[in-house]
Amino acid sequence: MSKHEDAAVPLLSARGLTKAYGRTPALRGAGIDLRAGEILAVTGPSGSGKSTLLHCLAGIVRPDEGTVSYAGERLAEQPERRLGELRRTDFGVVFQFGQLIPELTVRDNVALPLLLGGLGRAQAGARAAEWLERFGVRGQEELRPGELSGGQAQRVALARALVTGPRVVFADEPTGALDSLASEQVMTALARAARESGAAVLLVTHDAQTAAYADREVRMADGTVTPLEVTA
Amino acid sequence: MSTRHILLGLLASGPSHGYDLKRRHDERFPQARPLAYGQVYTTLQRLVRDGLAEIDGTDADGGPERTLYRATPDGSAELARWAAGIAPPAPFVTNEIFAKVVVAILSGGDPAAYLRAQRAAHMARMRELTAVKTAPGADLATVLSADYALTHLDADLRWMTTTAARLTHLTAEVDAA
Repeated sequence: MSKHEDAAVPLLSARGLTKAYGRTPALRGAGIDLRAGEILAVTGPSGSGKSTLLHCLAGIVRPDEGTVSYAGERLAEQPERRLGELRRTDFGVVFQFGQLIPELTVRDNVALPLLLGGLGRAQAGARAAEWLERFGVRGQEELRPGELSGGQAQRVALARALVTGPRVVFADEPTGALDSLASEQVMTALARAARESGAAVLLVTHDAQTAAYADREVRMADGTVTPLEVTA
Repeated sequence: MSTRHILLGLLASGPSHGYDLKRRHDERFPQARPLAYGQVYTTLQRLVRDGLAEIDGTDADGGPERTLYRATPDGSAELARWAAGIAPPAPFVTNEIFAKVVVAILSGGDPAAYLRAQRAAHMARMRELTAVKTAPGADLATVLSADYALTHLDADLRWMTTTAARLTHLTAEVDAA
């Protein structure tokens, strides 16, 4: 176990994050710690900064101020090429609407991150099929995303996020567009897969029943995390 | 919850004795408070007194002799009437959480701090219930029971979230009253 996998050391950590869109502040000094292998729910009302925090932590958005550290690397000091590599290898991302590519089959959507990482087509397809089976959508590999239900599409998106074996999965309102039973299937699958693979999950949600799948919860309000959770 | 109607419901599948009724109750309502044996036997005697159940004989089954009960036609009719009856939507305004928030406002306490602490307790219970219902092999009664509890805790949380957002306004209203 590396020092970054020690439960006492956060795998992903942010301090003093600020971010404004034009003159509208989204983050006002937000800080957070995500430990290896844990599922952490970030909850709060609409507009409290949850999604912006997730985007900063995932290296999708650069904060105006503050630091984000992943396994000892400060993201702000990394070139875009390195951030792209992290997003492809170490991070998996799932959004409210799975954002699958409509022209590709289910299998190719899941295999895509592996193909981009240089894996051969046959191996990538086989690994995609394994992950689709784990998420209960085996047998639908040749369908297009438009032929799936919302819950199925979201489970395909989860398979795509986990297929590369990421250490952190960022899930932004993954059940926001689903009914309660489909939400349960998606969250049960996500929690089980994360625990089996050892991935940490940063789960942004406004829904308490979804947050209850997490190990702990932090609340956001007005661009700050309250209370600031700092690993002892 | 009406224990007499729950017992009539359990008797609908055939004659049963008190010990078995208690065991089946606790299996079917896993998140409810377990029934006490005394309550089971007292309720059965009242059902017999009211003509809703009757003694069906005894069953030793290798152990001590136990009295078997069965539902009467009147008991079956009463069960059907109760099961089809609409439960009055409860206002829940006497809920302890609501009362504590109002008292905190009235007494100059810190209702926001109370709401944060209560939210943490609710979320901890919701995590336990979620683990129970998603455990491999969880039976239907357990899942339904956990769903019911989760939904009610979630309703509490929604109210607490709204209240936390309203607190400034609410405090002014209570002060003015």
